[in-house]
Amino acid sequence: MRDFAELLDRLVFTPRRSIKLRLIGDYFARVPDPDRGWALAALTGGLTFPGAKPAMIRALIEERCDPVLFRWSYDYVGDLAETAALLWPERRGANREPGLAEVVETLQEAGRTEVPTLLAGWLDALDPTGRWALLKLITGGLRVGVSERLAKTALASFGGQDAGAIEELWHGLRPPYDDLFAWLEGRAPQPEVAEAALFRPLMLAHPLEEAEVDALPLGEFLAEWKWDGIRAQLVAHKGECRLFSRTGEDIGPAFPDLLQNIGFDAVLDGELLVAREGAPAPFNELQTRLGRKAPTAKLQRSHPAHLRLYDLLIDAGEDLRHLTFSERRARLEAWYARHRPALMDLSELVVVENHAELKRLRREARTSGVEGLMLKRAASPYLAGRPKGHWYKFKRDALTVDAVLMYAQRGHGRRSSLFSDYTFGAWTEEGTLVPIGKAYSGFTDSELKRLDKWVRDHTVDRFGPVRAVEPGLVLEVAFDAVQPSSRHKSGIALRFPRIARIRWDKPAGEADPLERLRAMIA
Amino acid sequence: MSREAHPENWLQVTPRGLYCRPGDFFIDPHRPVERAVVTHGHADHARPGNAAVIATPQTLAIMQARYGERAGAVLHPLAYHQRLSLGPVTVRLVPAGHVLGSAQVVIEWGGWRVVVSGDYKRQPDPTCAAFEVVPCDVFVTEATFALPVFRHPPADEEVRRLLHSVDLFPERTHLVGAYSLGKAQRLLALLRHAGWDRPVYLHGALEPLCQLYEEQGVDLGPLRSATRAEADLAGDIVVAPPSALADRWLRRFADPLTAMASGWMRVRQRARQRGAELPLVISDHADWDELTQTLREVGAPEVWVTHGSEEALIHWARGEGMRARALSLIGRGEEEQDALP
Ligand SMILES: [Zn+2]
Ligand SMILES: [Zn+2]
Repeated sequence: MRDFAELLDRLVFTPRRSIKLRLIGDYFARVPDPDRGWALAALTGGLTFPGAKPAMIRALIEERCDPVLFRWSYDYVGDLAETAALLWPERRGANREPGLAEVVETLQEAGRTEVPTLLAGWLDALDPTGRWALLKLITGGLRVGVSERLAKTALASFGGQDAGAIEELWHGLRPPYDDLFAWLEGRAPQPEVAEAALFRPLMLAHPLEEAEVDALPLGEFLAEWKWDGIRAQLVAHKGECRLFSRTGEDIGPAFPDLLQNIGFDAVLDGELLVAREGAPAPFNELQTRLGRKAPTAKLQRSHPAHLRLYDLLIDAGEDLRHLTFSERRARLEAWYARHRPALMDLSELVVVENHAELKRLRREARTSGVEGLMLKRAASPYLAGRPKGHWYKFKRDALTVDAVLMYAQRGHGRRSSLFSDYTFGAWTEEGTLVPIGKAYSGFTDSELKRLDKWVRDHTVDRFGPVRAVEPGLVLEVAFDAVQPSSRHKSGIALRFPRIARIRWDKPAGEADPLERLRAMIA
Repeated sequence: MSREAHPENWLQVTPRGLYCRPGDFFIDPHRPVERAVVTHGHADHARPGNAAVIATPQTLAIMQARYGERAGAVLHPLAYHQRLSLGPVTVRLVPAGHVLGSAQVVIEWGGWRVVVSGDYKRQPDPTCAAFEVVPCDVFVTEATFALPVFRHPPADEEVRRLLHSVDLFPERTHLVGAYSLGKAQRLLALLRHAGWDRPVYLHGALEPLCQLYEEQGVDLGPLRSATRAEADLAGDIVVAPPSALADRWLRRFADPLTAMASGWMRVRQRARQRGAELPLVISDHADWDELTQTLREVGAPEVWVTHGSEEALIHWARGEGMRARALSLIGRGEEEQDALP
């Protein structure tokens, strides 16, 4: 645990990518299996411990600490895991300090009720940095400024391999990755994973701003609609069928209707939708399906799954990813004509003559029920990740609402000392505020400081890290759509809300009524 | 031991500082006075311009190095444990373990014993005499790190992390921010103890006090001037005052990696605000555990708390059945100003 804790501690304070790569590489070189493999899993976001929740950590520390001192300390530190790690009463030498593998493997076996006792025993044995790392590890989201991609790049340079080669294998391997490290250290051949129904990393698009459009040589691109569902990959191999989300999560069990009676061997890229007779339903209907791990037959009938195809990556064992997009498109169309699979159709190409027409199509996207347009360079191969200059997404404009700030909460990481997560509300007919959403601000530091001061000066109540404020500040909130929601008191939920700007000038009484948002439900 | 002679009637906060009436002297006054007892050389405790100064010989040497003629008109050295009568009051100085020459002031009058501890710590420090517990009736304590989240790890463990980093990034200069009095010299001594025997390079502002420590018999190993160094000092360690870490001065070094040695580094968010790439939790002040341990050991039924998070320590002391109150002294804690959040 000590090496892992020291690694996380260094990463938190290291701004530079090249230095982070060195620190991770040094760790892989120094630390034996299986600890380093579990560390890799943690850094790539591959570990979850459903039995460990922040509330449990809070309960553990509150049993051991004066409540007044806990509150003052939490106020000062601003992060629960760190506060608990620092406050934990020292009992070093009480137990043996646990290793990373021991912690992970024990927790994976443990029942929910055993977790608090296990955790307390380990916390007793660790030093403050070790305790902090342990709590970060089990509550998920290490927040040490390392992306999955960066961790894999560090791994690749540690083993003298190409990052693409690791990416290709990745979804066929399981932590703690002993076979992967053995190969990277030249002690064993490359792990054999090619024969399974594996996720292949997706190719992603860069956002395109209105102002950048005119510079784009449209003749070199093919356009498609950007459908309002989620990107998905369907893999069918030797009778095994799987459906993956954009990040490689297996979402197949939620969509048995789509995966039944598959009679082909292929890897397909498409948009997962709920659709009736080929007509896509609003996004929230898909959300209903995504929320059910095992959907009833009734739900499958009322909300039928649909895959709208964008691309063909592998056809009967033949890898097409090195072909150009035009060539793959031709193969996809031929493939579709041959198989005509149920609950699937082709995403049509959109003919765009010039830039003006492109902008018009985008403006009309909201009424056409699409999220915008995709522009794909005809000559591009299928490349994993978000390579520059190949694919662009040209999304419809956001909607906005003027909402009133209701609660503020401290942010995470760099901003943990500032109030940077905001809950905002709209006026009901009775003249009260109901919360309609929560967003993290994208402000500059100086704006954030001013807002933070406003929050401190207008606090009317506190609940742990949350402050309730007077209804006196209007936030312009941008969002993509309004959906009905039974979980929220307001009856609505905003999709992709973000705070566009602070309306210091606008009186709270003039913010928007809830009615206006209800009328915007898609 | 009469109630009228209770120290709150004769040891009081005045505009010029903490004043002992029957002995007619101030302790660490923040404005010039006739007679001052000074606990240690940090600028928020030892100020220039007093008529008479009573302090340990080391503290007087530090004041002379810093203030020259203005250190005081009459300097009265008082060695540790020696008794001095000031009127009816007896005063002696006892090691505080904070920096070279630092002392607690033990004041006895009317059957009462008050200990004004100045700044102190309990962790071992090879550059100064260790804190001694003096049982007393009233204990005046600092509270710089008086929140239970402040837990200073063993300093040699922090130095090991520094040396691991030097190993890992031999092409970079490791630049450590440390206060010029006490912290810098302790860091040097710790490096020597950890086996680092190469020259350590110093920012000019640190040179006079390091030299003074050496003259006082504290061995700091081979030291060089960083400013006059010919090379870019890749793979070397440079020690500088914290204010120099954000300065153009550091551009001369090889891809400098900044480390910061301070108790404030314990809380990551604070450390990040300082911009240090390698925070080292090394403090010359008592952490929470040392503060509470000390309050228990001196056994004083009454505790007065100064500079820092007074409220948390007072809350704790009252919970332990002690009488506790805040003693608001002006202008304290500024030696650590550089590291304040
Ligand atoms: Zn001091
Ligand atoms: Zn002080």
